[in-house]
Amino acid sequence: MEEGIVLTMRGICKSFPGVKALSNVDFTLRRGEIHALMGENGAGKSTLIKVLTGVYAKDAGEIRIEGIEDAISIRSPQEAQNYGISTVYQEITLCPNLTVAENMFIGRTPGRSVDWKGMEKKAGALLDSLGIPARPKQQLGSCSLAVQQMVAIARAVDTECKVLILDEPTSSLDDKEVAMLFRLMRELKARGVGIVFVTHFLEQVYEVSDRITVLRNGELVGEYEVEKLPQVELVAKMIGKELEGLSDIKRRSAVAGGAEDVVYEAEMLSSTECRPFDFHIGKGEVNGFTGLLGSGRSESVRAIFGADPVTGGRVKVDGKSVKVQKPYDAMRQGIGYLPEDRKRDGIIADLSVRENIILAYQVMKGMGHPLSRAQAEAFADEYIQALDIKTASTDTPLGSLSGGNQQKVILARWLLTHPKYLILDEPTRGIDVGTKTEIQRLVLKLAEEGMSVTFISSEIEEMLRTCSRLIVMRDRNIVGELTGNELTQERVMHTIAGGGKEDE
Amino acid sequence: MNNADKTLSVRRREPLTDTQLLLTITICIFVGMYVLAMMIWGGGFKKPQMLFDMLNDNAYLIIISCGLTIVMITGSIDISVGGVTALVAMVGVMILNGNLGLFGGLQAALGLSDQWRIVFAFVMSLLIGLAFGLVQGYLIAHLEIQPFIITLAGMFFARGMITIVSVDPQKAPQSLMDILQTRIEIPWLGSPNKKGVMIPARMEIGVVIALVIVVLVFLLLRKHRLGRSFYAVGGNRQSALMLGVNVRKTRFMAHLLCGFLSGIAGFVFMMHTGAGNATNATAAEMNAIASSIIGGTLLTGGVGNVIGTFFGVLTLSTIKSIVTTSGLRDPWWQSITTGAMLCFFILLQSLVLMRRGKKKSSK
Amino acid sequence: MNKNTKGSALANYSQLLVPLIAILLLVIFNLFRDPSFFSVGITTNNNGDPVLQGNLISILNGASELVILSMGMTLVTAASGGQDISVGALAAIAGSVFVKVLKSQGGAISPVLVVGAFLLCCAVAMAFGAFNGALVSVFNIQPMIATLILFTCGRSIAYWINGGATPTISSPIISAIGSFVPGMPVPTPILIVILMGIFFALLFRFTTLGLYIQTVGINQGAARLNGINAVGIKLLSFILLGACCSVAGMIGVSRLGLINHETLLINIEMDAILAVAIGGNSLGGGKFRMLGSVLGAYAIQALTITLYAMKVPSTDVKAYKAVVIVLLVVMGSPKVKETVERLRKRAGGKRPAGAGKEAA
Repeated sequence: MEEGIVLTMRGICKSFPGVKALSNVDFTLRRGEIHALMGENGAGKSTLIKVLTGVYAKDAGEIRIEGIEDAISIRSPQEAQNYGISTVYQEITLCPNLTVAENMFIGRTPGRSVDWKGMEKKAGALLDSLGIPARPKQQLGSCSLAVQQMVAIARAVDTECKVLILDEPTSSLDDKEVAMLFRLMRELKARGVGIVFVTHFLEQVYEVSDRITVLRNGELVGEYEVEKLPQVELVAKMIGKELEGLSDIKRRSAVAGGAEDVVYEAEMLSSTECRPFDFHIGKGEVNGFTGLLGSGRSESVRAIFGADPVTGGRVKVDGKSVKVQKPYDAMRQGIGYLPEDRKRDGIIADLSVRENIILAYQVMKGMGHPLSRAQAEAFADEYIQALDIKTASTDTPLGSLSGGNQQKVILARWLLTHPKYLILDEPTRGIDVGTKTEIQRLVLKLAEEGMSVTFISSEIEEMLRTCSRLIVMRDRNIVGELTGNELTQERVMHTIAGGGKEDE
Repeated sequence: MNNADKTLSVRRREPLTDTQLLLTITICIFVGMYVLAMMIWGGGFKKPQMLFDMLNDNAYLIIISCGLTIVMITGSIDISVGGVTALVAMVGVMILNGNLGLFGGLQAALGLSDQWRIVFAFVMSLLIGLAFGLVQGYLIAHLEIQPFIITLAGMFFARGMITIVSVDPQKAPQSLMDILQTRIEIPWLGSPNKKGVMIPARMEIGVVIALVIVVLVFLLLRKHRLGRSFYAVGGNRQSALMLGVNVRKTRFMAHLLCGFLSGIAGFVFMMHTGAGNATNATAAEMNAIASSIIGGTLLTGGVGNVIGTFFGVLTLSTIKSIVTTSGLRDPWWQSITTGAMLCFFILLQSLVLMRRGKKKSSK
Repeated sequence: MNKNTKGSALANYSQLLVPLIAILLLVIFNLFRDPSFFSVGITTNNNGDPVLQGNLISILNGASELVILSMGMTLVTAASGGQDISVGALAAIAGSVFVKVLKSQGGAISPVLVVGAFLLCCAVAMAFGAFNGALVSVFNIQPMIATLILFTCGRSIAYWINGGATPTISSPIISAIGSFVPGMPVPTPILIVILMGIFFALLFRFTTLGLYIQTVGINQGAARLNGINAVGIKLLSFILLGACCSVAGMIGVSRLGLINHETLLINIEMDAILAVAIGGNSLGGGKFRMLGSVLGAYAIQALTITLYAMKVPSTDVKAYKAVVIVLLVVMGSPKVKETVERLRKRAGGKRPAGAGKEAA
């Protein structure tokens, strides 16, 4: 193995039924470097991490680690740890009810009795040397999330770790906490640990990493040194279009709808999950929130629908002031919302296709007015035909349908309520190409019929094809609004990447 | 933001962990209540014997509650403990009587003397307890069936077995009971009776066993790797697994220990009452759960302390004494106040949990 | 298409299979044991009215309280994913209120008074149900722990209500509720069960409660995003269970003509939970089928009566029930299903090889 390299992965392939998650991916990690692993949804980042930590078995390829002659095979997280590969996940995998010291040593100390004094002393020394502001005797749950994360890192580092994987460690931290974490990462770097840093925040990548590996659609795009890759190019590589010759892409010809006919308007709307923002949409307009994952695009539309507790702001629907505190309020105002995480927030897996389709309509009709079986059956059949949903019968449990068909059922659920304004958060995620185009075509058709639609997608192309106005978000703030001629891939990427940053 | 500042500034005293906080509340409430009772009703409450009587009557409950605390710390539940206790007591008494079917014959064949019968009864107690713990632990930890259902079946089985073993209530021979009910006299904690003669405080052997178990379980939970695994599994099962704790084995061991302790509790119960009866230790499981909750064991697992449980048992029985001495002699007041107390503690815990949850979501 | 519809319709009923098979096995067993077990006869009771009699009738009659409670328990289980262990205690409270009101008018028991007594005891039980429900839905306490409070002190509250007595009531109206209405050969509790069945059927027919409860039980977050008030639905399920408790309590009191807070419907909470489980409903909440629980309740009662008929003492019955419970849940556990599936696959994999040899 080459000097200074702690880990190499060569030609890694991994397939799941129906999907090729990784094909022929290489990855190299040097000693004492912070290496960012970047890519949009479904690019294969998490699959690669899981192969490396032994959660998934690879189909092909080899993994080598410093100090061992042969290629190694990692069959479990425990084995990965034995090889010196430690992972700190986004959700903290420590026990909040135990003390800091215990969390650092439980499950890996030999012997049957617990030596509290010794353990706390060792933990204290380690925390001090890494500059982590936690005390060994403190209950972990009483620490801030950032400190908890750092304790997890300290635990990982103490297990003779050569490779430290940080899976989106900053996604729930504030600026000050991020700074604290970065200080720790640099300290570890100085000690010679190789760090794999997975994140969606571009600025953080540029602040702390040395090298970037970009994945897209399960394939390796390339490995770059940070200085040689301007931010806008990175975005292009992640999203997957070279900058040249993009401007001539066919956009929606007519910018539909009179902008003066505002259907929904929000002023300084905020929720527990998102910062205050202004927003409006006209009749028959299709607009979209864009930005990388974690930029706050989903949180914003959740606030519009009242999905997260609303904390402030004024909302007008059709020019009248209304209160939207919870989803039911929004539904009463004729707003529909297809959630980002279909499995968690959308489908009622054990209920039938029919019940899933009529659910929202039924709720709006009220508890005392159930649809008759025949009516429900008719509605279900109507939308199964209209959206070409492939299901054995209306009685089939929704959970047994394919992802694309599940998504169409959720779409049908909201179309049945005949909303004025429909919010679609990642309707095309994780579904086959055919269905993707169908859904986009449907969005345009609905807009022509006068419905207002907010459309969110990780794929900018899709948004350019459907939206007449794009609201760009970065790091939880709205950073720009693009309309008309500005709607080009270049322009969108520049705005996402942050205006003048490419000159730096 | 605020939090980061807080952690940066160095403070001398550690803030209490959840376990310590709930334990402190329990002890304060117990001591406060007892002192109040001493001031208002004086009399009985001023005599140390009052405390010893509580211990004598509740030694078995203390042991059961210890087992239950362990199980609850892992985030599980065991409601078979009362049934197992009663079954063990019945079997024990019958062994002492030498009329337990097959075992009676075995004893006759071995020609066991009185003392050996006691040993035999003790061994059987442990074996029955272990058997329940083993089967329930396997079904819960390895087959991942809901603990409530399994231990409910365990309770049915144990209660049903009592009457299958013997339909009639049994009474242990007086000669043996004299040995078992030996009391330890503590003269310096005595108090004068009506005639002014000093009566020494009396404590049963069962209390000693219970106290030893409390100390052992405390050490296990505090100092032993297995004990800490109980907390880890109860705190977050998924995390515990990631931290390298053998979750299955830990859950299994918790139920095994709980069954084992129920066996001992049954023997102690028999020592105290000398009677085998189908209605023995009725609702003991619920009293034990209540004691654990009052003692600061969190229903959701991960937080709890056996010392708290010990005080939980005492708190419960103090409430009962107070209710009777305060003139609320009607029989229903005891359990109504118990229920109210339980409600108070459950709500308290729920609020503690909610506050902690809020702290996280505001991040 | 047609075939598929049929298949899924069959799947809809497959969950009723377990209780049906359990009942069937018991029937066959009893027919072998004693062919006259199921003979139904008409005898004349003390009042000179012809009434139905026989083991079958006593199973149907005796199961009435259990069936009614299991109906409510099904709803609570489905909505909250947990069980209420205070139903027996709550029924005792309701029974006490019922008796207290009847006794209040100095012995004269008019039909109006009985109706009033029932309404009041129903209201009280629903209030207690709301208390349980609030702990579960608002304070997020596990149902079993929340209902532990009433389980602990409910029977004492019942005792308190009647001032420490176990008063008896005798009136033709009460005995009509507890045994037979003159001129009607079918025991009244069976008729009340049918009424309750109709009540719930109408409730599910004319409201969307069933859909809402299942949605909340399967995916509370998604239910909220579709505008369903999840907290309210859970609360409602507990209140309905409270109403069921009051009906069961009234029947129990009327049967004996007295209220005994200690023994009225003792241990019935365990049987009610078991009935829900045998009925093929997941104890983790979600989809439910009330008919399954009802059949489960009858299966339990049939098992009990069979054991009695075999001269098993009533106190021993629990042990046998325990064995049945464990067998059922072990068979139903995902782990065991997985293992069986794997074994079947392995056996399936071998069979073609064996067949090949035979052909050779």
